Amino acid sequence: MNQTDHSRDWQQQIQEHHAKKSPLMIIGGNSKAFYGRRADATQVLQTRAHCGVIEYEPAELVITARAGTPLREIETTLAQHQQMLGFEPPHFGEHATLGGCIAAGLSGPRRPYSGSLRDHVLGVTVINGRAEQLHFGGKVMKNVAGYDLARLYAGSLGTLGVILDVSLKVLPLPETELTLRFEMHVEQALAKMQQIAPQPLPLSAACYDGAELSLRLSGTPQGVQHARSLLGGESVPKADHFWRQVREQTHPFFQHPQPLWRIAVPPATSMITLGDAQWIDWGGAQRWMYSETSSEAIFSLAQQHGGHASLFRGGEQPRDVFQPLHGKLKELHVNTKLAFDPLCLFNPGRMYSYY
Amino acid sequence: MSLYAEQLPPISLSRVEMVRALRRILPADAILHQPESLRPYECDGLSAYRELPWVVAIPDTLAQVQAILKLCHSHKIPVIARGAGTGLSGGALPRDQCLLLSMAKFNRILNLDPVNRLARLQPGVRNLAISEAAAAHGLYYAPDPSSQIACSIGGNVAENSGGVHCLKYGLTVHNVLEVQLLTMDGESVSLGSQALDGPGLDLLAVIHGSEGLLGIITQVTVKLLPIPECAQVMMAAFDSIPEAGAAVAAIIAAGIIPAGLEMMDNLAIRAAEDFVHAGYPTDAAAILLCELDGSNAEVSEQLLRVHHLLQECGATRLRTANNEAERLQLWKGRKSAFPAVGRLSPDYYCMDGTIPRRALAGVLQSIADLSQRYQLPVANVFHAGDGNLHPLILYDANKPGELVKAEQFGAEILQLCIAVGGTITGEHGVGIEKINQMCAQFSSAELQQFHSLKRAFDPDGLLNPGKAIPSLRRCAEHGALHVHHGKLAHPGLERF
Ligand SMILES: Cc1cc2nc3c(=O)[nH]c(=O)nc-3n(C[C@H](O)[C@H](O)[C@H](O)COP(=O)(O)OP(=O)(O)OC[C@H]3O[C@@H](n4cnc5c(N)ncnc54)[C@H](O)[C@@H]3O)c2cc1C
Repeated sequence: MNQTDHSRDWQQQIQEHHAKKSPLMIIGGNSKAFYGRRADATQVLQTRAHCGVIEYEPAELVITARAGTPLREIETTLAQHQQMLGFEPPHFGEHATLGGCIAAGLSGPRRPYSGSLRDHVLGVTVINGRAEQLHFGGKVMKNVAGYDLARLYAGSLGTLGVILDVSLKVLPLPETELTLRFEMHVEQALAKMQQIAPQPLPLSAACYDGAELSLRLSGTPQGVQHARSLLGGESVPKADHFWRQVREQTHPFFQHPQPLWRIAVPPATSMITLGDAQWIDWGGAQRWMYSETSSEAIFSLAQQHGGHASLFRGGEQPRDVFQPLHGKLKELHVNTKLAFDPLCLFNPGRMYSYY
Repeated sequence: MSLYAEQLPPISLSRVEMVRALRRILPADAILHQPESLRPYECDGLSAYRELPWVVAIPDTLAQVQAILKLCHSHKIPVIARGAGTGLSGGALPRDQCLLLSMAKFNRILNLDPVNRLARLQPGVRNLAISEAAAAHGLYYAPDPSSQIACSIGGNVAENSGGVHCLKYGLTVHNVLEVQLLTMDGESVSLGSQALDGPGLDLLAVIHGSEGLLGIITQVTVKLLPIPECAQVMMAAFDSIPEAGAAVAAIIAAGIIPAGLEMMDNLAIRAAEDFVHAGYPTDAAAILLCELDGSNAEVSEQLLRVHHLLQECGATRLRTANNEAERLQLWKGRKSAFPAVGRLSPDYYCMDGTIPRRALAGVLQSIADLSQRYQLPVANVFHAGDGNLHPLILYDANKPGELVKAEQFGAEILQLCIAVGGTITGEHGVGIEKINQMCAQFSSAELQQFHSLKRAFDPDGLLNPGKAIPSLRRCAEHGALHVHHGKLAHPGLERF
């Protein structure tokens, strides 16, 4: 296993940038370059060299690793001990790093059932915009000392500083998994998702591809078999491959050239009509759709449904890629950014144009 | 001496003027300022610390809260929020020349949406009331602090409270979708969304555990879960604490995440047994309560495995509840353990450190040694599954010097927790109680980062001043040493 600590060099590099007030683009495996806005910086801080698992004790259900560690290596290490990352993160490329995964904050199909990426973050070590090395949170499941700044780094897209290492809660691999499939119309699929969600079933994924509803069950062999007998449907062979395609967006649905939008809504939201094709995941709470409609119109549609939208891939970069913020919320975002990175050194403009 | 180390800047209104100004916003009976009416607000659940409030305001509309905040903001009068006042770290402890803002009247469930499985609540709704209302739809709200009949959801968010079931279902932060806040200037903001995430930075996470320092929580949307088909509890008795600790690790290592995994030591067992007759073996050194939930099929499979594991780990007695009444009886002992221990001694002091599970046996042994040294008994009742300790230090406040001794003992326990890579508080918060220990857990740069975040929300520092995050000056004066990354500052303590 590759083990290298570069925190000192980075701290020095950031000190220099601080002195020169010159911004930095933080890059891990560059697998999620498509996501968010383009950072307005020419100089790069490359994180892949700072790598290695620092501590992993399976009985503690915690892994701590440096940001540059390949996500693949983390998952392989966990799998050797029958454990996994409960949020099933997308890699979007073979070089995806742990740090990039945390900074992007994205979770896969298991998210509604086992929690999001941020739910599993226990602690981080970071370098902030004053070139200080700071540690927040820890390696224990419960910790309310000080503000929860570790979770704030999840999904911050590198705008609050460089993540050096992360401690994550991990989960045991389910003993068995089984995927069931049902052919149905979209309205029926949405209704079925809502009908089964309040039932005590060992559900671990539920998505609809436009023609078929796929339900994944995870748990003990008898528990899964019992749920199967209640649900019916066709059992799907090689379902792992299917869920990987969903998670990695390598499924043919995700291969269109048009702009791909992600709309997050309360799960029972009725069909949102926009463009022709859409993919419903997270038991209804995450909708993927292609559309050339103006971003303003899509943001307002998402808001009407009690959710928010983001332009996930493709398209001309509009002013906002993520649901625009207004009023006090916008003010709090700007203030928070400045509290960590007063000179706006890190990934300026990556999340919103104004920081 | 005041409990607060630093003076607040003088304010421009006298108490009489403040009451007069509040009268323009609130009816007279919603403003308290006479000593006898202020008395019930002088402390929270940590009754060793008391201060009579300056003025208490008890609004019942959002417009009133907003007007109060604007008034206080313009006169630079600090505001301390209070929910149900069950906090165990003095978070809602009043302070002179600060307005105590009670959110207790905001106790309505605004909307219960069984289809989207969420509930929109005013901040004063009691924790248990949520599950009671959701039960009709086969749903419940998972985090269940032992204080759940009394504590408010606003307080739960402000403390990021946990409960017996957070091993499997998470803390408050894992079960809240959206929070509405009023910032100190009286402006409203919504964090998170009714979907599974929100746009921008995860400020929703930051509000959890913010102890009333960032904003006044005015609405909380929580996630509801399906009530499991079946829940079963198993009790295992052990002859030694290390064996019980090893059993906890063995269950987790076997890939089983119980809904709850609690441990009690001998003193706690005897106290609980005397109090509620739960059926615990009073000669055991420790018992574990392990609850499994899910479908009938899953639970029976896992029960078998856990039974086997516990036996292998040396359990001397094993009992599975045969029916719901027995299950509740077994839990009753655990849930009433604090009051049960309370019967053994005039006062007790409850600690809340969290440690890696592997350090359990070692830390419990060191606590026993400290108990000898301080000549104060300790009962241990705690969330073993997630390493969250609750040593209860027994003392008598009427004996001169005992409170100080108990506090010093407590502080040593927290130092131990930090030294093994844990934290000073798992769920009760820092409040005023553990403010000095914060200096040991965090470096000055980290504390400064906390203060800058605070200024992002509350530039004038008017919300709950003097709590949760110590000033650097306080740390310099109170001298608790910074222990970082497991490097021990107290070489006298045992290492493991
Ligand atoms: C017997 C007993 C058992 C307990 N068991 C547990 C347990 O198992 N797990 C656990 O985690 N805790 C437990 N607690 C601690 C306590 O019940 C929790 O911390 C609870 O969340 C506090 O809620 P509250 O409404 O009483 O808040 P309060 O005590 O009134 O306030 C707590 C903090 O929240 C702030 N606050 C309150 N309301 C608001 C608001 N609307 N906006 C902004 N800030 C606000 C206050 O300023 C204060 O800092 C227990 C307490 C007791 C007495």
